[in-house]
Amino acid sequence: MKEKKKQAVGETCPWGFENPPFTREMKETYTILSPDIFPIHMRLIAEIFHMYGYNLEILRSRGRQVIQCGLEHIHNDMCYPAICMCGQQLYALTSGEYDPHKCALIQFQTGGGCRASNYIWMLRKALHNMGMDDVPVLSLSFNRVEKKSGFRVTPMMLAKGLVAVIYGDMLMLLKNQVKPYEANPGDTDRVLDKWYAELTSQMKRNRGLFGRSLARNLRAIAEDFHNVQRRDVKRTKVGIVGEIYVKYSAFGNNGLEEFLESQGCEYMVPGVFPFFQFMFDCQLADREFYGDGTRRASALSKFGAALARRFERTFRKALEPYPEFVVPSTFAELRRLGEKNIGRGVKMGEGWLLPAEIAELIEHGYNNVICVQPFGCLPNHIVGKGVVRTLRETYPNANICPVDYDAGASKVNQENRIKLMLAVSEEKDDETTGD
Amino acid sequence: MKRLGIDIGSTTIKCVVLSDAGEVLYSSYDRHRAKIAERMTDLLHEVAGRFPEEEFLLGVSGSAGMGIANDLGLPFVQEVWATRIAVRRLAPETSVVIELGGEDAKILFLDGAMEVRMNGSCAGGTGAFIDQMATLMGITPDEMNTLARGSERTYTIASRCGVFAKSDVQPLLNQGARREDVAASIFLAVVNQTIAGLAQGREIKGNILYLGGPLTFLSGLREAFDRTLGVHGVLPENSLYFVALGAAMAKTAQRVSPEELAQKTEGYTSKRGYLGCDPLFRDEAELEAFRRRHDGDTGNTRMTDTPVGALSLGIDAGSTTVKAVLVDEEGNLFRPLYTSNSGNPVPILRQYLTDLYRDCPDIRITSSCVTGYGEQLIRAAFGVDMGLVETVAHYTAAERFCPDVDFIIDIGGQDIKCFQIRDGAIDSIYLNEACSSGCGSFLQTFSAVLGDTPAQFSERALRADAPVDLGSRCTVFMNSSVKQAQKDGASVENIAAGLAISVVKNALYKVIRCADPKRLGEHIVVQGGTFLSDAVLRAFERETGRCCLRPKVAGLMGAYGAALWAQRHAPAASTLIDPSGLAAFTHDVKAITCNGCENHCRLTVNTFGSGAKYIAGNRCEKPVRGKAASEAFDLYAYKLSLLAAYRNDPEDDRPAVGIPMGLNLYELLPFWYTLFHSLGYRVIVSETSSHALYVRGQHTIPSDTVCYPAKLMHGHMESLIEKGAKLIFYPSMSYNLDEGHGKNHYNCPVVAYYPKVLGANVHFPRDVKYVSGFVGLHNRRAFPRLFVRMMRENGIALDPKAVERAADLAYAEYISYMKRVHDEGQRYLAVARERGLPVVVLAGRPYHIDPEINHGIPRLICDLGAVVVSEDALASDVPFFETTVLNQWTYHARLYAAAKRVAGEREQPMGLVQLVSFGCGVDAITTDEVRAILESAGQLYTQIKIDEITNLGAVKIRLRSLFAVMSERGKR
Repeated sequence: MKEKKKQAVGETCPWGFENPPFTREMKETYTILSPDIFPIHMRLIAEIFHMYGYNLEILRSRGRQVIQCGLEHIHNDMCYPAICMCGQQLYALTSGEYDPHKCALIQFQTGGGCRASNYIWMLRKALHNMGMDDVPVLSLSFNRVEKKSGFRVTPMMLAKGLVAVIYGDMLMLLKNQVKPYEANPGDTDRVLDKWYAELTSQMKRNRGLFGRSLARNLRAIAEDFHNVQRRDVKRTKVGIVGEIYVKYSAFGNNGLEEFLESQGCEYMVPGVFPFFQFMFDCQLADREFYGDGTRRASALSKFGAALARRFERTFRKALEPYPEFVVPSTFAELRRLGEKNIGRGVKMGEGWLLPAEIAELIEHGYNNVICVQPFGCLPNHIVGKGVVRTLRETYPNANICPVDYDAGASKVNQENRIKLMLAVSEEKDDETTGD
Repeated sequence: MKRLGIDIGSTTIKCVVLSDAGEVLYSSYDRHRAKIAERMTDLLHEVAGRFPEEEFLLGVSGSAGMGIANDLGLPFVQEVWATRIAVRRLAPETSVVIELGGEDAKILFLDGAMEVRMNGSCAGGTGAFIDQMATLMGITPDEMNTLARGSERTYTIASRCGVFAKSDVQPLLNQGARREDVAASIFLAVVNQTIAGLAQGREIKGNILYLGGPLTFLSGLREAFDRTLGVHGVLPENSLYFVALGAAMAKTAQRVSPEELAQKTEGYTSKRGYLGCDPLFRDEAELEAFRRRHDGDTGNTRMTDTPVGALSLGIDAGSTTVKAVLVDEEGNLFRPLYTSNSGNPVPILRQYLTDLYRDCPDIRITSSCVTGYGEQLIRAAFGVDMGLVETVAHYTAAERFCPDVDFIIDIGGQDIKCFQIRDGAIDSIYLNEACSSGCGSFLQTFSAVLGDTPAQFSERALRADAPVDLGSRCTVFMNSSVKQAQKDGASVENIAAGLAISVVKNALYKVIRCADPKRLGEHIVVQGGTFLSDAVLRAFERETGRCCLRPKVAGLMGAYGAALWAQRHAPAASTLIDPSGLAAFTHDVKAITCNGCENHCRLTVNTFGSGAKYIAGNRCEKPVRGKAASEAFDLYAYKLSLLAAYRNDPEDDRPAVGIPMGLNLYELLPFWYTLFHSLGYRVIVSETSSHALYVRGQHTIPSDTVCYPAKLMHGHMESLIEKGAKLIFYPSMSYNLDEGHGKNHYNCPVVAYYPKVLGANVHFPRDVKYVSGFVGLHNRRAFPRLFVRMMRENGIALDPKAVERAADLAYAEYISYMKRVHDEGQRYLAVARERGLPVVVLAGRPYHIDPEINHGIPRLICDLGAVVVSEDALASDVPFFETTVLNQWTYHARLYAAAKRVAGEREQPMGLVQLVSFGCGVDAITTDEVRAILESAGQLYTQIKIDEITNLGAVKIRLRSLFAVMSERGKR
């Protein structure tokens, strides 16, 4: 871990302000407001928070006024996810729906050299400027960029959180593969809802989180989706990769998934879990490339990675009986693709994982890949648009379409580009079928 | 069956009818002015009239056609795709199609792996862009085409986005550049934009096909493409109609009867609707009250026809308008002038003065003063007594209306200027960046598009019932938002009001970045031409919750302030041109290239009848004074001179390694040079950056929104390849060295990994080895071992012992380089103290010392009489301190440290100017923090945004405002 303790010398900063700590008492009475990041996973992750006594609430507000609130309080040249997420939180505080004196805000920090690691600082600055200095801002961080007292993520809570992510990934993976083909509209969503209910109820009883019960649940989920009656229709297969917020959040990407559905596509969105594995791997890579970190930290990361591999095996095993489903590549395979297409030392933002996911999707038959990114996203200059040429050379059939998202970007323009991508894909299909 | 294709683009609607054999039987081309359904109905009636009782196979295409096609269930073909279909049928031998439309640019690569590209949401429209530029020059696009033929030279005009280009074109016109040359330069900018934005690493060669309106109508544009690409492109028959043709030919086309369809389109209104916000006025009574209140905003000034005593002349030669006014001894205003400058303020003012002398032969003008962009030109032309920085001019005027004014906001044609006044002096200044500019002129352009005068446009806005929410983004985005709103059925009234609101939001949230608009000030004075619009004023008052004072002469304030200033500082004898001088007045403009230094600035030399000369386009004073400033204390130049020592390795038979001179290598060159040198390598460094070098590499840039310093790296790679380097070394570095200022020591993502982007996008010859492996200099102990391993993985065997020794030398050299910079910086500070010179800490990144990146700004500051030091020279003396942002990048940590140092300075006048590269995302974080650090100590924050090109006129205003404040502070 790179973080160092440094003490301020002399005066404290006169332009600064204090953000209050989140105390134990607040845990009882405060609502923690979280932005809506992963539409499918968030409900389950919230359940883990509830399990540990935190009253986490996921904000669902959307629309122009949320964006406007973000634009008013966050530097307009900050990336779009900051505008959306902080906008949602600040909007909630000012909407009258919540008591600002009984709320805390949370941000999920990945840390690292991308400017996203500054979101919570931006949020604090905004609160200070709004005269809401007493709203604590929590950071759920993997790299422990911030330390806060009353809010503790224990290793166990983190592990349970990862399990919630795995469930979310499984539901998302299968929903995306089944829904476009379902014979009776609504069947897939019913399975999804059934499992939301089932998993939350199990979690409330602290069940279904590890070992056999996890494996059993995953298998049962796969079976349920397998049993949804499907029609044999032709769908254009589209992959979605990109910056982690706009990739998953319909608010961030202007309802991309809905649009693709309306265009008769089947879309695949790679899971969230590999992103956590990616973060373990980055710490190992720092040691490998630069000799950084202690042996102990490195052993911990290795342990984390090994644990993650076990989860991964359970996940894949659950899908084995149903060969009709596309199974995501193993992390080891993704790592190989990342190394080949850009280099494993590229770790800021989505880092090498993004090109690896594009390659994975193409290898799994999703030749049309939409790479979503916030306008002016720094890592995406590198791992998004920067690698398109390499990937096109490796995969001549690749049909990659970068799309920018921004408070000012017009939806029509975005949809027009995607339509173009779909038109190209049709011709490519025609060529291969000899039309 | 006959086929019918309809292409509804962003500005025009096109239609073709094809016979069974595929011949074109009928075609039409028309502007739709956003009335899509109506035009389509007309069109269908027309077709039905010509081909009665027939059915057609119909296809619809075009960016504006998607909505209506979806809603009416018509077969829609994506427009690039439609082009593709038509080209395959009509010109199958084509390799590359270049198609420019009203708002989009497209390239289709048809040879080999087919690819289609469209411009990004930022690139702005090309047809619309040319229209906008033509409006700016006061001509039609056709006239522009004719003008371009007579060009002798071209200027560099930013090719990325229309707003940028505008701020390049405007100063060129103001400086008196030949209109022929400007016209040709605009075409060239479109070409560069298309290549840089769309080619993305793929070469444009083979049979080129030109399509779309601009390329059809403007032969000059085609020639510019031909010249730049070295090709001979073809303009096919029906080049306007390829999209419509493709739509007609598409296999998805469906059978329709035009008559029946016309019935459907006639009653069609978009189902979508748009997002509205509260109206500006709820009812007539509110409007009346508002009007009455502002009728009283006259202050203690009035217009007069009979001036008393001696007069003072004030001129404001702004970016798009010229203002002039005379003030008499009683402070009355006489003969105000407010007019568009039509690209050249000189003849307008000449006419003004001629009329003045003719109408009032007895007039006595004892002093004169000019402010604004055209200050120097006008001073030279008419012998105006003095020049004044705009900010001071505006404050002088505002104070006359409202003595306890504490906030002034001026929205002009192209600039937004806001300043806070504390204790009778300007305290903070906010100026818009090149990106969000064009607000006032945008309203003007837009009202023209909708066929209104700005006054009518504003009047309409007042009656809006649900103004369109257009957000607060830049002009280009706004443009497409407006189009979208029109399609969604917004009325002109609601669009006009929406624009007024968005101008205000833009100023408040983007320029001033105010957290709470209600805390701007108690006594706000609004001025500038844009505030003449009641709608803008009302929107501003509503957003800030304050009643503002709008002087009756809001548009004249700059000129009025200049006149007051002239009156206060009247010279013994005015040098203003007299009637006889005016009668003999001549004005010649010549373009030359200055060969005074390696910059080779392209100069515009204005010569006037009086023999006075005004030279524009220079980055330094050399061409003006005949020599460079005798002794400049410019640490930027010093750093460059230090680095020059590492650049001339003599040629011999040692193996050579090429190093690109850009980004972090501007600081690490001493390290790598020494390392490779002691390992027995000869070091080849790429050539000095220049715009030409950038152009050489621009075809391999994959992302057109990355910062200019990164884009330049593509040119440096080309340079190294041309210099014959067979091994090119450019390591990827997640981390920088740890200087202890921050909590971590990252590089920004672009600096860290750009080597990988180059590896993936530059076409390296087969015999060139490119090494871009991961290297960490921060870990001194592990570096030699890991470096050896990385090089071995790239097939280069190094002796570990030798690398150990070389690393010792390299680290020592790096430390010595940094120390020399620091020591020289300290010496400059001492010199400044001794001589009483102001110090400007020009804070940026190491690569900002590249003159192609900083556009000669350090030299400009020196020429204004200050000592320039860089952030790294000060940062190392500042101990670690807490910041309110996550301080985790080495280069950026230096900014905070330097700001802290400046904030703590008590002994000598010192100001900080932050250089920000456009597109630098990290600076969205640093700028606010640096400002906070400075302002906590009562210091002024100044920011200069730079890109491929910069508007030095605007930079000068900022700098002069800073100097005015610093000297004001010095006096107190």
